[in-house]
Amino acid sequence: MSIVEIDVKYVANLARLELKPDEEARIGTQLGQVLEYMDQLKRLDVSQVEPTAHAAPRVNVMRLDEVGPSLPLSEVLRNAPAQANDLFLVPKIVE
Amino acid sequence: MNRLTLTDAAASLNDGKISSRELMESCLRQISRVEDRLHAFISYNADRALADATAADNDRANGADIRSKPFLGIPIAIKDVIAVKDHPLTCGSRILGNFISPYDATVIEKLRAAGAVIFGRLNMDEFAMGSSTENSAFGPTRNPWDLGRIAGGSSGGSAAAVTADECMAALGSDTGGSIRQPAALCGCVGLKPTYGRVSRYGLVAFASSLDQIGPLTKSVRDAARLLGVLSGVDPRDSTSVPEPQLDFELALDRDVKGVKIGLPKEYFIGGLDPEVNEAVHQAIRQMESLGVEFVEVSLPHTEYAIATYYIIATAEASANLARFDGVRYGRRVEGSDPYEMYCRTRGEGFGAEVKRRIILGTYVLSSGYYDAYYLRAQKVRTLIRQDFLKAFEKVDLLLTPTTPTPAFCLGEKMENPLEMYLYDIFTLSCNLAGICGLSLPCGFSSNPKLPIGLQLLGKPFGEELLLRVGHSYEQSTPWHREKPPGESQRSEEPDRILY
Repeated sequence: MSIVEIDVKYVANLARLELKPDEEARIGTQLGQVLEYMDQLKRLDVSQVEPTAHAAPRVNVMRLDEVGPSLPLSEVLRNAPAQANDLFLVPKIVE
Repeated sequence: MNRLTLTDAAASLNDGKISSRELMESCLRQISRVEDRLHAFISYNADRALADATAADNDRANGADIRSKPFLGIPIAIKDVIAVKDHPLTCGSRILGNFISPYDATVIEKLRAAGAVIFGRLNMDEFAMGSSTENSAFGPTRNPWDLGRIAGGSSGGSAAAVTADECMAALGSDTGGSIRQPAALCGCVGLKPTYGRVSRYGLVAFASSLDQIGPLTKSVRDAARLLGVLSGVDPRDSTSVPEPQLDFELALDRDVKGVKIGLPKEYFIGGLDPEVNEAVHQAIRQMESLGVEFVEVSLPHTEYAIATYYIIATAEASANLARFDGVRYGRRVEGSDPYEMYCRTRGEGFGAEVKRRIILGTYVLSSGYYDAYYLRAQKVRTLIRQDFLKAFEKVDLLLTPTTPTPAFCLGEKMENPLEMYLYDIFTLSCNLAGICGLSLPCGFSSNPKLPIGLQLLGKPFGEELLLRVGHSYEQSTPWHREKPPGESQRSEEPDRILY
C-alpha cells in the first residue's frame, strides 16, 4: 500500500509554521498514514449529496447596523507583546 | 461538604446550613489534598475565589433574590478555553503566554448573573485537540480512579476536578467528544448540548461548526440545572439558535415508560471491551425494567465518521488558529519581518499535535485537494446527519457505549496519532450531526476498578428527554454515589509518563 506523500514544507509555509527538519519528517510520515485512512471516503457515491457546512439550520442572521460599546483601548492593548502610540508594534513590513 | 452534588449544596446554602465561604474552603482543602497528584487545574486563585464566595454570602444576607440566582455561592471551575475577565487564558498552550482575558464569555456572564463563584482554569489538551489531556503544554491530568491512567480529553481537567470533588461542577467544551469521553473515563456526568443551544461567544474556537460548551457534573439533575442557565440565543454568536428557554429540571422526575431507544448495531462491534459491553447491556436491562423499549437501528455511515471528522475539524482549526501570530497577544518570537515572526512564533508556541492538525487542515483545504477531501467530507457529513434523523423517526433516543474501553494508561497511545483518533469512534458523529449527547456512569471494570460510561444521544434540541431518561436510570442505580479512592490511593503501576 502506498503512503500518501504531502509536501510538508509547502503546506507549513501556507500555514506560517516553522518546523524543524525532524518535525517535518515525522509529521510527513504520520499524516501520510492519516490521509491514507481518509481515502476510504472515496468509496462513497456523494454525487447527489449536498455538503453540510452548518450543524444547525440558520441562514442570514443579521443585526441592525447600530453602534454599540467596544472593548476599551486599554483592554485591547493589555496583552500586546509590543506597543507604541496606542498601536501594536510589529517588525517592518516594507522598506 | 465539597462532596455534595451542586443541587444539594444549593439547598444547604438556601437553608442556611452552610455558607458559600465554607463551601469554597472545603473545595480548596480538597484541592490541596489531591491536586499535586491529579493536576486537574492549570491555575487557580484561592484568595480571589474566597473573596468571591464571601461576596456571595453577603449578597445572600442582603436579601438577594435566590430564585433569579439559582447558583448563588456555588463554586464552578472553568476549562481554560473559555474567557473569564481578568483570569488567565491559556487553552492548554504556551502560545498565549500570560494572556489575561479582557472579557467574559456569554456563559460566564450568565453564570455570574445566576450568582455562581467562577474560579480556576482547568487543564485540557492544547486548543482542545486530543482525547487524553496528554497534549497539554502543562502536563497531563491523571484519572482520580487510577493515577497511572488518563482522565480523558480534551476536558480532562474538568472531569477529574468534578469527580475528585475539587469543585461543585465544571464547564467543558465538546468538539468530537471532549466533554462526554472524559466524563465517562472519570465517572461523572457530561452533557454536550445540541449545536446552537449554548452560545460560543468567548469560547476559543477549535472547529466552529462542531464546538459546544457544556457542563460536567456529579448528577444528571445538576447538568439539567446548569443547562437551563447556560442556554439561550446570543446576538454575539450568530450560530446560536432561538429555542424557547426551558426549565430542564421540570420534567426530570416524570417516568420513562414507553420511551423508545435505538441501539445502533454499528456501535456494538468487535473491539468493544467485554466489560464495557456487559455494563452497557446491564444498563439496557435496567432501563427495560423502568419501561423503556429498545429497538435495533442502523447508522450505516458510522465507519466514515472518523475520517469525516478529522478532515472537517482540522480544516476549521487551521483557519481558527491563524489568529495566533504574535501580533496582538500572547508570546512573540521576534523576526526580521512579520512573516518570520509568524513562522517562528507559531513554530515555537504550538505543540506537536496542534502543528500536525494545522498542517493536515491546511492541506485538505489547499488548492487541488479541497474537492477531494474537504468538500467530500462535508457531503459525507450530510449522509451521517441523515442517518441520525432517519433513526429518530423510529426512536426517541439512541444508546451506545461512550468509549470502546475504560481509561488507558498514560503514554499508551502517544506513538501513533491515528490510534488516538480511532478512540473517539462513538462520540464524533454526534458533533457532525449537531445533535445532543449525554454520558453518565453505568458501572466499573473489575481490575483495576475504572468507570464505564454509557452515552445517550437525542434529537436536535431534545435535551429534555435525554436528561429525563438519564436521570431515571441514574436514580435507579448506585454508580453516581461512588467516589474515587481517597488520598492514600496510589497507582499500582510505576510512573510511565512520557512528557
